[in-house]
Amino acid sequence: MAKTLPKTDIVTVGVGWVGGIIAAELTKKGYKVVGIERGKERSTEDYFMAHDELRYAERKEMMQDMSKETITFRHDMKKRALPYREWGSFLIGDGVGGSGMHWNGQTFRFLPYDFEIYSKTVERYGKDKIPAGMQLQDWGITYDEMAPYFDKFDAMAGLSGEANPLPGAPQIKYPTPPMIETPVTKLFKEAAKKLGYHPYHMPSANLSENYTNPDGISRGACQYCGFCERFGCEYGAKASPVVTVLPVAKKTGNFEVRTHSVVRKVLHKNGRATGVLYVDTRTGEEFIQPAEVVIVSAYQMNNIKILLNSQLGKPYDPKTGTGVVGKNYAYQTYLGRARGFFDDKEFNLYGGAGALGAQIDDFNGDFFDHTNLDFLHGGTMHITHLGDRPIANNWVPPGTPTWGKEFKEKSTFYANRNLILAAQGASLPFQDNYIDLDPTYKDAFGDPLLRMTFNWKDQDRKLQKFLGDKSEEVMKEMGATHVLKGGDDIKDYDIRNYQSTHNTGGVIMGASPETSVLNSYLQMWDCENVFVPGASAFPHNSGYNPTNTVGALAYRAAEGIEKYLKQGGSLV
Amino acid sequence: MSEKETAPKEKNMTRRTFIRNSGLTVGGLVLGGALGGLLNKKPAAPASAPAAGHVMEASNHNQALMYFTPDQFKVVDAAAEAIFPKTESGPGAKELLVAYYIDHQMAGSFGLNTKEYHTGPFYPGEAVPEQGYQHHLKRQEVFDLGIVALESEAQKRNKKRFFELNEEEQVAILTDFEADKVKMSGSVSSKFFFTLLRKVTLEGAYADPMYGGNKDMAGWKMKNFPGHQGSYTNLEEDKFVAIAPKALNSQHNH
Ligand SMILES: Cc1cc2nc3c(=O)[nH]c(=O)nc-3n(C[C@H](O)[C@H](O)[C@H](O)COP(=O)(O)OP(=O)(O)OC[C@H]3O[C@@H](n4cnc5c(N)ncnc54)[C@H](O)[C@@H]3O)c2cc1C
Ligand code: SF4
Repeated sequence: MAKTLPKTDIVTVGVGWVGGIIAAELTKKGYKVVGIERGKERSTEDYFMAHDELRYAERKEMMQDMSKETITFRHDMKKRALPYREWGSFLIGDGVGGSGMHWNGQTFRFLPYDFEIYSKTVERYGKDKIPAGMQLQDWGITYDEMAPYFDKFDAMAGLSGEANPLPGAPQIKYPTPPMIETPVTKLFKEAAKKLGYHPYHMPSANLSENYTNPDGISRGACQYCGFCERFGCEYGAKASPVVTVLPVAKKTGNFEVRTHSVVRKVLHKNGRATGVLYVDTRTGEEFIQPAEVVIVSAYQMNNIKILLNSQLGKPYDPKTGTGVVGKNYAYQTYLGRARGFFDDKEFNLYGGAGALGAQIDDFNGDFFDHTNLDFLHGGTMHITHLGDRPIANNWVPPGTPTWGKEFKEKSTFYANRNLILAAQGASLPFQDNYIDLDPTYKDAFGDPLLRMTFNWKDQDRKLQKFLGDKSEEVMKEMGATHVLKGGDDIKDYDIRNYQSTHNTGGVIMGASPETSVLNSYLQMWDCENVFVPGASAFPHNSGYNPTNTVGALAYRAAEGIEKYLKQGGSLV
Repeated sequence: MSEKETAPKEKNMTRRTFIRNSGLTVGGLVLGGALGGLLNKKPAAPASAPAAGHVMEASNHNQALMYFTPDQFKVVDAAAEAIFPKTESGPGAKELLVAYYIDHQMAGSFGLNTKEYHTGPFYPGEAVPEQGYQHHLKRQEVFDLGIVALESEAQKRNKKRFFELNEEEQVAILTDFEADKVKMSGSVSSKFFFTLLRKVTLEGAYADPMYGGNKDMAGWKMKNFPGHQGSYTNLEEDKFVAIAPKALNSQHNH
């Protein structure tokens, strides 16, 4: 029998970026928040031995233990889904701070076009431009309404960046200047400009200079140590929940984190959540934490899992396109790219930072005319200077063997002589790309795993080809001796290779309960005291990394939760 | 057992006998990795056994086996060298002690797939490659099967042990493994084994030396990779700067 604990105002399922932001905002207002986190406590001191490529980047030290929980995957409804047994395509964080501890910090706002994608597409191109099966939806909120929440996130994290020079792009003022210009970013910018594009420095959550945020939290500047993405930052220079929002929540005395505690379900009765059921993984005991408001903030995938296993919301049916939980799963296309090898140039590629880079947005969103193109939306093209670590980086020019003498000579020769232009493309939602519960495979507690049914569509294939061509054009202009190009022959989605941890959808927001799970405050239509902020709320995916938009939605939800605690009922 | 398979054992016996006769054992145990060196340095057999501590100091404690048998080790050592050979730019897998790295990895969490979803049912036949590995074998078992398969190909083609083949012959066999042309027993393909072997070979060349490979950071030196540094202040400059590498032991003050 589960033991029932004293009631709290707010309980969060997971303490990552979303859980941390909600905790800080509401404890500051005097509410009691309990954060339940399946992983361990984390602090900057943990990263004393962090510059270990094998442990962190290859063996994924900071990620969820897959022996306890994973997902299953298949390409289409006719096949049997099989478990994602070892890390590949995307990684899922674990422990206090969640994936916010080992992210890169490339921090972009989604576009005005994104929030009203359906209306704006129909307005410019007509309804027929949207192919059969593509489920585009407006988000139920506009960019202008989102802007103040974006500003809050930017100020909290101290984002380092400069205005995007592209005509029509939102003009954003960042709290700190952009990161350093290196010969790598310079070479890219010069080539892009020559071709008539609009390069700028990528907005970064790795601080370009020392910074104190509006909560009075001070952090030091990035040291360009080169062990950033997949690693924790031993300097606290990379914005993470542990060095920004969580200390603020803790200082109020209104916040309690319970680590090593896995939430299995949200408990509810008559359309109202009563609390959550969780297991202390150290003692094996089960607890019920009653709360006035439940926040599901367990990352995109686990948000869906918790809702489905709690029987909250109507599960999506891909055959009829009705129901909502599990609908509009989307990913990102990352294979349209070009790697250049420079025989006569050597760069200091060993150093860098997770968000040190430059990019162009000329081919993202609807900044370019799609009238004669057979895909919608687009992607951003970027060059990064992250720190090329030696196990992962063994690139050789096209036609070189992948092992043996020639491989070894070339992979060592080109170690500091190759650059990649990568394009991050929007993957748009389709009726038969979705998430539900697996009928066979279970997690460590016997609860069903999520089942992902997903494959690339023509939209994705054409977009990747387009972005691959553009990347090749820029790479050649940069003067590469040899170019290795991707994106021409994309077949089926391959879960084995890392692409990005930018999974979206499944618990989407929108304007009506028929087509979405959440309203624009991230409040469930069907259960008004449950809020589900996260990338799971995105009705589609853009050509940008998600966390700025996730963070802004968390600030919006925090405002909604306060309103709800004061007045109750639906907020829209 | 075929004649050829027993032959190397006899050879080992001979070596053992030689060593015993030369007196270079402590309490009946053959001394480890530094044996060759010892034999060179001390050609005359000492009258009494040298003090154990003295001998061990001169050797690398990592050069011992946690998982492979000595014969399995020889196969892996040879295969890793074929994948990452000694060249003009620097040492190959053997000198970098890559096979010791692989041995140590197989003995632990990675070899046992402990942080992976290793629960059935398994449907290796039904799976498409894009779904990721779907067999029930642990990496240790994949290696065991892969080594057997390398050995039996060597027997079949050249009537020798894999590690006795010349470089060309070894490369020919590995090329067929990579192309999935060799049938391996069990539910795992030769291509899968080859991919794993290549992956751990590169890891052994480039992981921090504390894991047993990348001897003296020589892997990093070939790439001008500085290993663990606190910060970089030269990234804005045009000039390439090679920085002497440091490993994580520099961070852990003794
Ligand atoms: C390697 C990597 C690089 C990335 N780089 C970028 C980038 O450059 N830019 C960008 O915008 N985004 C990036 N991301 C994505 C970014 O990290 C996420 O968007 C962000 O962390 C999402 O916040 P969240 O709160 O929804 O989830 P998380 O921050 O992951 O937090 C979720 C928390 O919930 C916990 N949890 C899950 N299930 C349960 C349960 N049942 N019970 C209790 N606790 C639970 C988890 O342990 C975790 O701590 C990256 C991600 C990875 C993995
Ligand atoms: S690169 Fe900068 S932000 Fe990233 S871990 Fe190193 S010091 Fe921290």
